[in-house]
Parts: sequence; structure tokens; C-alpha cells
Amino acid sequence: MVTAARHTRRLAPSSIAVNAVVILAAVYFLLPLVWVLIAATKSPGELFSTFGLWFSDTPQAWENLTRLFTQDGGAFSRWIFNSIVYSGVGAAVAMVLSSACGYAIAKYDFRGREALFSVILGGVLVPATVIALPLYFLLNTVGLTGSYWAVLLPSMVSPFGVYLARIHANSSVPDEVIEAARLDGAGDLRIFGTIATRMMMPALVTIFLFQFVTIWNNYLLPLVMLNDTRSFPVTLGLTLWNSQTQRDPMFYQLVVTGSAVSAILLVALMVSLQRFWRADLTAGATKG
Amino acid sequence: MSTLAPRRTRRRPRAALWALLVPFVVMFALFFIAPIIYALVQSMFATKSSGLGLGRPETVFVFFDNYARALSDPAFVESLGRLLLFSAIEVPLMVITALGLALLLDSGRAWGGRFFRVLYFAPYGVPGVVATLLWGFLYIPATSPVLQMLEGVGIHINPLSGDNVLFAIANIALWGFAGYNMIILMSALDAIPSELYEAARIDGASAWSIIWNIKLPLVRPSVILVTVFTLIGTLQLFVEPLVLRPLTTAISSTFTPNLAAYNQAFAQGNPNLAAAMAVIVALLGFAFSFGFLSLVNRKGNRAW
Repeated sequence: MVTAARHTRRLAPSSIAVNAVVILAAVYFLLPLVWVLIAATKSPGELFSTFGLWFSDTPQAWENLTRLFTQDGGAFSRWIFNSIVYSGVGAAVAMVLSSACGYAIAKYDFRGREALFSVILGGVLVPATVIALPLYFLLNTVGLTGSYWAVLLPSMVSPFGVYLARIHANSSVPDEVIEAARLDGAGDLRIFGTIATRMMMPALVTIFLFQFVTIWNNYLLPLVMLNDTRSFPVTLGLTLWNSQTQRDPMFYQLVVTGSAVSAILLVALMVSLQRFWRADLTAGATKG
Repeated sequence: MSTLAPRRTRRRPRAALWALLVPFVVMFALFFIAPIIYALVQSMFATKSSGLGLGRPETVFVFFDNYARALSDPAFVESLGRLLLFSAIEVPLMVITALGLALLLDSGRAWGGRFFRVLYFAPYGVPGVVATLLWGFLYIPATSPVLQMLEGVGIHINPLSGDNVLFAIANIALWGFAGYNMIILMSALDAIPSELYEAARIDGASAWSIIWNIKLPLVRPSVILVTVFTLIGTLQLFVEPLVLRPLTTAISSTFTPNLAAYNQAFAQGNPNLAAAMAVIVALLGFAFSFGFLSLVNRKGNRAW
């Protein structure tokens, strides 16, 4: 009976239409990724002379990878390492700062609380590109441009993180728990550090991941701040190579293989961490 | 919400409050507020060389001259218009696609919903620069299997021609963020109690009427959130045209306001004019976001 019912549902024209669109969308989202994975196995010449969605007769994935990691004295691995440092350190500090601030706004009554929150929320609405240019001239006056810090320090600020943390602290850290801990003699900072952060863990993970991806994908900030290629993140490094394709077509292959590797890295990270990515927090936040 | 500290121990929580609050607030002031104030101030000054340009150039207060200059520059005004057009293309495209995909996967008729959910989300991990490099290869006939196949059946398209290039860029942004926005909308759909659907089915409601009368009204706040974030995202338009520029003559060095500002700051050496341009983009963003939010909030229930 159940199988029969299922069968008729499967064969319903609307079901077929739904699944056709779902598969079509999947093809669309996969197309550039499949293309780049196949292209990464080709020689620079084959890139332009063979059909893009099938392998050439002489795949050379290993050769391309070796070249990618040895070109310019191993610059690519250095760029990947830099990206991990910028994103990892920036996101970790951003998580701590914004969760502390969001928690304080949620759990303490102080003058100017709502005004402060409104200003921080306004920060979410400012396009990052608007900040980057003046920030360059500002940091230039104190001689910080060109260093790791010029990218790291601005990356540690996540107004959106404060927003998420406040909403989540409100809904998941009961006042009674804080009160009880105080009666037991625990200091407020200890209460935040040990009890509240544990209760807010899903929000903290979301803030970290969101900021990690934001920093990893940021292009304008490192573009204006950095001039030494050794401190480049991978996005900047790849466009540096891309600008040299006119001079030497071999760089096409480096850009393609480099794009493939960096895309795979983050897609793998996204997919494996997807279940920790609590987008419902973002959605639920609108009800706050 | 109310103050937790009993009077006696008030001092200690105050100290803790500062310790929690101050690190973020200081960083926020230094790296968010200060650049904005700096841009506002800089945008009202100009560097003028005196007389024949022999003396030292001096910085003078010019009030709104830089704004007047930016807004009387046809190339910059054109870039603002292009940005508005881009937003008008990208925002509806994004919201409808993300909502459509979320409703499809939520319909209960799609096989492998979890699998496709992750698959659509995957491009979010690809940096905008890399996504643009990839689509760049798919936009030129020499390397694009799609264009080659279309060519084979007699369809000739140049995605990077002057008429098409905004759509080509909109497609890159759609590819990168549709899955992410879909996830936000799907979790709003997941939060709808299933009793509502059962009641509707008992009343004989069709799938369409459930979507129209239950799902859409209940995910409205999330749709608004996605719309505002997409709007702000479109105003940042910079990376895609910058990376696509070598591939086409349709993208000038002042293609978007951000490109124009970047160009003024670093190629033309006029940071004051660049600051004015950046402020104009920020004002546009605020006007759009608040305009849109007050528009949707006026119609009944507040979303934010």
C-alpha cells in the first residue's frame, strides 16, 4: 500500500518537474567546478584546443600540481598558508570579541545600550569596500600598511557576529543560571568564559565560520594593504599570476590549477562543516 | 534583560561589563568608525598646488567640491547608474532563485534533498576572485565548452559584450551566493510547524496554496534579510569587473563606483575625490537599506 502510494507520487508529473529542475540546478552549480577539475589535468595548449568537459588524451595532473607548488619558489603554498593565518586568526579573535560584546549587550543593563547596538548594527550595512580605501590611508599614516597586521586587525571586527551573539545569548543563556553562578561566588568574567560560552557554542561556531569565509574571500582589503607578494593571500596571488598570462601563456595553467586547488580546499571545508553552520540562527535572528 | 546585579555587588559586574564590551568597541571604533570619519573629513579637502606648481602643494578645505566634482563627472554618474541597473537585475534574480530552490527542496517531492542542499551551498566556499576566474574561462569561446556547444547548434553568444556583461557578472554572483541564501530560507521553512500543513491538507489546500498562504508569509522576515544582504552585496561590486576587465573592452576603469574610487585613489593619486566617491556609495547603501526596510515594515508586521 505504502509502496504503491509512493509509486504514484513518484510518477506524478509535478514530481518529475521538481526533480528535473533540481538536477538542472545541480548541473549549473557544478559546471565551473567540473570544468576546472578537468582543466587542471591539461597542458596549457590543450586548455585551448580540447573540449572543456572531457579529459585530453595525455592527462598531466601531477605535472601541473608539481609546477603549481614549485613556481616562484613555492609561492602558492605560502599564499595558502597566509590565507589560513589571516582567516583562522582573524575569525578566532573576531569570535571572542564579538561574542563577549554581544553577550554583554544581551545580559547587562547600561546606559546607551540600545544606541551602541544600533551603531554596531549599522556597521553591518556599510559595504566593506567603503571601509577599505579610507582604512588604507589611515593605516598608512601610522605605517601599518604592507604588514600582516594591516589585513589581520580589520578582519578581527565582525559587527554581524555581535548581532548573532546578542540574539543567541538572549535566547539560550537564562538569567537564572548567571544569578545562580554569582551566588556561588563565580566572577562575571568566569561565568562568561565557562558557562555562557558553552551555552552559546552553536552561535560561536557560526560566527567563526562566517568570518573565516568572509576573510578568505576578501579581496579589496589585501589588495590595497599589501605590496609584498610573500604576504599575499591566495586570492591575491592567483590574480597576480593571472595578470602575467599575456607575457607567458604557461600562467594560464597555473591559474587554472591554483583555482582548482583553492576551490577544492574551501568547498571541502564548507561541505564537511555544513552541519555546524547554523543558518537558522541567521534566520531566527530576524525575529529578535 | 533587566539588570542582574544586586546593588551591593554592583561594582564587580560593572568592571566585568567593561572587560567584555571594551575590546570589541575599541576595535570597532578603530577599524569601522574611524575610516568612515576619516573618509568624511578627507572628502571635504583637496590638495592644491600653488601658483605655477613650484611651491609645496597645500591641503585646503573645499567643503562639498569633491562631491560636486564626482557627481558632475559623466563617467562616475554612469557608473552609479550601472550599479543601480546591476542591483535591479541581481537582487530579484537572487531572491527568486534562492526562494525557488528552497521551496523545491522543501516540497518533499525532490529526491536526495540533503545531498542537493550541500551541493548548491558548495560554491559559497569559492572566493569571488576564483569564481570570476572560472566563469571568465567559461565566457570566452576558446575555452568554454558551453559556448562551443551552443556554437555547434548555431547559437552565437558573447557573454562579455557590452549588452551582456552585466548579466555575465550577475550570473557569477548568483552562482556564488544562491545556495547560501537558499540555506537561510530553508531553515526558516524548516521552522514552520508541520501541524499547519496537516490542517491545510485537511482543508483541501493544494501545494500551491500552501506555498502561497503558509510558507511565503512565514518566511517573509528571512526573505527580507536575504534581500537586504544581497542589496548591500551588489553595492560592493568590484572584484568581478576587475578580474574580467582584461577579457573584454566592455569594462572600463570606471565601470563601477568602487572601481572608480579605487582608480582615483591609486592610479590618479586623488584620495580626496576617492573618499567622496566612497561616501556616496555608503550613503546609497544606507538609503537603499532603510528605504527598503521601512517600505516592508510599513505594510503591517515589523520584520526588523
